[in-house]
Amino acid sequence: MKSKFTCIECPLGCAITAEKKGDEIIVTGNKCNRGKDYAIRELTDPKRILTTTVFVENGIHPLLPVKSDREIPKNLIKKCIGELSKVRAKAPVKYGDVICKNVMGTGANIVSSCSMVRKNE
Amino acid sequence: MKTDVAVIGGGPAGLAAALKASEQAKVMLLERENELGGILPQCIHNGFGNFIFKKMLTGPEYAHHFMGKVEKSDIDVKTETAVLEINEDKTIVATNPSDGILEIKAKAIVLAMGCRERSRAQILIPGTRPAGVYTAGTAQRLINIEGVMPGKRIVILGSGDVGLIMARRFILEGAEVEGVYEIMQKPGGLTRNVVQCLEDYGIPLLLSHTVTNIKGKKRVEAVTVAKVDKSMKPIKGTERVIPCDCLILAVGLIPENELSKQAGVVMDEKTGGPVVDEHMETSVPGIFACGNVVHVHDLVDDVTMVSEIAGEYAAKYATGEIERGKEIKVVVGDNVRYVVPQFLRSIDMDNVTFYFRVKEEDKNVKVIISESMAIFEKKERIVKPPEMVKASVPSELLKGIQNELRIDVRGKYEK
Repeated sequence: MKSKFTCIECPLGCAITAEKKGDEIIVTGNKCNRGKDYAIRELTDPKRILTTTVFVENGIHPLLPVKSDREIPKNLIKKCIGELSKVRAKAPVKYGDVICKNVMGTGANIVSSCSMVRKNE
Repeated sequence: MKTDVAVIGGGPAGLAAALKASEQAKVMLLERENELGGILPQCIHNGFGNFIFKKMLTGPEYAHHFMGKVEKSDIDVKTETAVLEINEDKTIVATNPSDGILEIKAKAIVLAMGCRERSRAQILIPGTRPAGVYTAGTAQRLINIEGVMPGKRIVILGSGDVGLIMARRFILEGAEVEGVYEIMQKPGGLTRNVVQCLEDYGIPLLLSHTVTNIKGKKRVEAVTVAKVDKSMKPIKGTERVIPCDCLILAVGLIPENELSKQAGVVMDEKTGGPVVDEHMETSVPGIFACGNVVHVHDLVDDVTMVSEIAGEYAAKYATGEIERGKEIKVVVGDNVRYVVPQFLRSIDMDNVTFYFRVKEEDKNVKVIISESMAIFEKKERIVKPPEMVKASVPSELLKGIQNELRIDVRGKYEK
């Protein structure tokens, strides 16, 4: 099966096709090796950093921005965000605090991307 | 009240300028919101800081780095402070809840007010005026900071970066995104955002399309979209009614320069911001400008870098250390829409970085900077209007220039 990608390694935005033939992956349309690596990664194990918000109690805002401390499989992003909608952090929160450990068994921790002080402090 | 340097705006531009200026001078930072960071705290996605930190940070993280430094500095930060007036003699009139009206006499001023979004009124969409029409940035603030969903079934008009990022955000927060409609023939945002925000989530992007009507009494009930021809006029018979409860507008950003105009600085029609020299000094001596108030950037890293220059030289101006040479104009040539800085006055830095945008996409081109002959050339594999082009020119090549400097993007180079 042929998979098509637009490379994002540089503004060129090559239209790449990658096809699995046995153990080999044939990449075409790329103008450089970074495009080839990108296509192989996207075809075999696409991963992304997850960024979202969780509710925070007693914070100066109702939400706390968070992110995963490492990339997680792309197809788990939505599930993880669903899981994180149940999480309630408690202010005060420091930048980098772990909000949720090993989210959905991905091995990634969800950490705070900012500090948040308590309301009325 | 007196200060050496007053910085107006506490977003990425103002933070970087204030920090840099505070190394040499007394600095006051004025911010109308009750928190610093500008728009960064609501940009919870990552992709910030790739050049400066060599890491992909989120907006709040990028802001955190600078806010921490400001806290440790002796910068006099005044939040909830709206600047009402700037006069040519560098007196600032501002107001806040604790001081009432403030008058600040500054030796130098840095304008760092950023930009604002174009709204429905500016793109003249007909129809009723129901609730549910938001700019992308407003929707971003509602979802990411206030915890409020602006709608469930979304139509996005415009493919600027904020619109693309919000398309993904809406999907992740459980809404439906019917599609992103773009009046131009090419996307308005960066390629990486088209891929990671739309293609990743299967959101359709319809080029050469626009919204021609909004329906709904209290709340948006539907919008009409249509194909447009080459002159961007809707084509009859291509209209399609899309039921939705929310229309998001991502139709461009405009530098916010009401204060700059009042201060009497000369503006550039193309950028919508003041003309500046290589120190980011405007036409009014001692008034500097940086960040999106000058022209809208693609990357916050660039904002930080130019704002540090503005801060450094504002402090130098305040302490009487700037020397100026002959004024050299920088003019736009082939396939260049605008260039910043628009003129050079000192050429005392190691190199001068020119930031510019092209009019049309082209491949394998040369960026040529010339006086009567080319003095600097640079190859680019691709140039596109949404992606800002940079050329960093060593000052030794610029010294001795007597006439206008011209910047062109043309000529194929052999690969």
